[in-house]
Amino acid sequence: MVKIIIDGKEVNAEIGDNVLEAAAKNNVFIPSLCYVKGESVKGENCLGTCRTCSVKVNGNIMAACTIAVCEGMNIEVNEPEVTDMRKALVELLFSEGNHNCPSCEKSGRCELQATGYEVDMMVSRFPYRFTPRQVDHSSKFIWLERDRCIFCQRCVELVRDKATDQKIFSIRGRGTNARIEIDKSLADNMPAEQVRAASDLCPVGCIIDKSQGFDVPIGRRKFEIETIKERALKGSIDD
Amino acid sequence: MTKCNKHEIFSHELPTTPIDPETQAKRDAKIQVAMIGFCGCWGCTLSFLDMDEALIALLDKVNITRSSITDTKRIPGRMALGFIEGGIANSENIAVLEEYRENCDVLISVGACAIWGGVPAMRNVIPLEECFREAYIDSETAVPDAKKTIPFHEDIPTITTKVMPLHEVVKIDYFIPGCPPDGATILKVLDDLINGREFDLPSAMNRYD
Repeated sequence: MVKIIIDGKEVNAEIGDNVLEAAAKNNVFIPSLCYVKGESVKGENCLGTCRTCSVKVNGNIMAACTIAVCEGMNIEVNEPEVTDMRKALVELLFSEGNHNCPSCEKSGRCELQATGYEVDMMVSRFPYRFTPRQVDHSSKFIWLERDRCIFCQRCVELVRDKATDQKIFSIRGRGTNARIEIDKSLADNMPAEQVRAASDLCPVGCIIDKSQGFDVPIGRRKFEIETIKERALKGSIDD
Repeated sequence: MTKCNKHEIFSHELPTTPIDPETQAKRDAKIQVAMIGFCGCWGCTLSFLDMDEALIALLDKVNITRSSITDTKRIPGRMALGFIEGGIANSENIAVLEEYRENCDVLISVGACAIWGGVPAMRNVIPLEECFREAYIDSETAVPDAKKTIPFHEDIPTITTKVMPLHEVVKIDYFIPGCPPDGATILKVLDDLINGREFDLPSAMNRYD
């Protein structure tokens, strides 16, 4: 156990925990989009791609999922400047892609949407870009809706072919040309449970299971029953 | 709105039956609200009506002037609140939105279309020429043998290249997301503003669909 300070309050944290986990265990919610609890990637326990969990650590802005706690660490979560930065990050994601919640199958169980609510986003301060992105529906079981991809790389790192351990998803191109790609031949071998798991792993509605539509009525959807904040603080395992 | 020729008459220029002074005085004493829908489906206005009986108490305090419900064509003076749904999709939308900004103390963007373009903005990723071609030239439902033409006339508002959110055209004071927002959410915001409280939309009431 180490002693850390979160928003001016001294609390205990377990050695080895990252700031995001330590804060959650002390009932302080830090929004995150790429972090997958309990999953390790190349020995690291985070992806660190989305930066939505940015907090101030000893005065410096860092992604909470990438930093392990240590004795005396001073963490500021609900400090105005960094709170607004997190909100701006979410707003940037909404401006960059084409996030049409009313027409998205993932609505109500979308982590980006739920995080938008948590950071109190009503509108993006950045101009909405409406970049045309091509939908890829060539795979048998997966509908790849590129409009919604936020490049978190969860699928790239964590969804692999069972037999060969090869990556099924990848990112091609750089900068504004970057786009998510699917290996059609590997994807067509995915068992139904893996397809559903990949779709659930996607924090937005980019990887859509073709066999699943709008199957839960409004008011009873995942984050309507329990908000993303409540789930994170309770340590709910993603189902 | 400009006239194309001297023979045109706008409906608001036609004579109307004057209201009796007592009713007019009662209306004038209330908080003046103007509403309008631009490029959208009027779902937000329907959601406004979803306030049900709360609407009666609200109407004790506010007077709705120009709106789709009253069918008043012009804003009749200075308004405290402007309630706007729908995105900006043509030149007339821009002119009317500017008129609202000039005449309203506070403007509220209501719903996904007003806030970021919404469903009409799905055309933003497709070139405008292609949209016109699909709608008027290569339309699946075109009348056979009819002359294929893209409508163009000085009386028809010019379509904007992209559907724009309201705040990209004029300054907007508050936003109520949702497609549409619940009646209860609209009521919460209007009730706060009418009673002099700060705008406050709790995250539990915020939704984008």
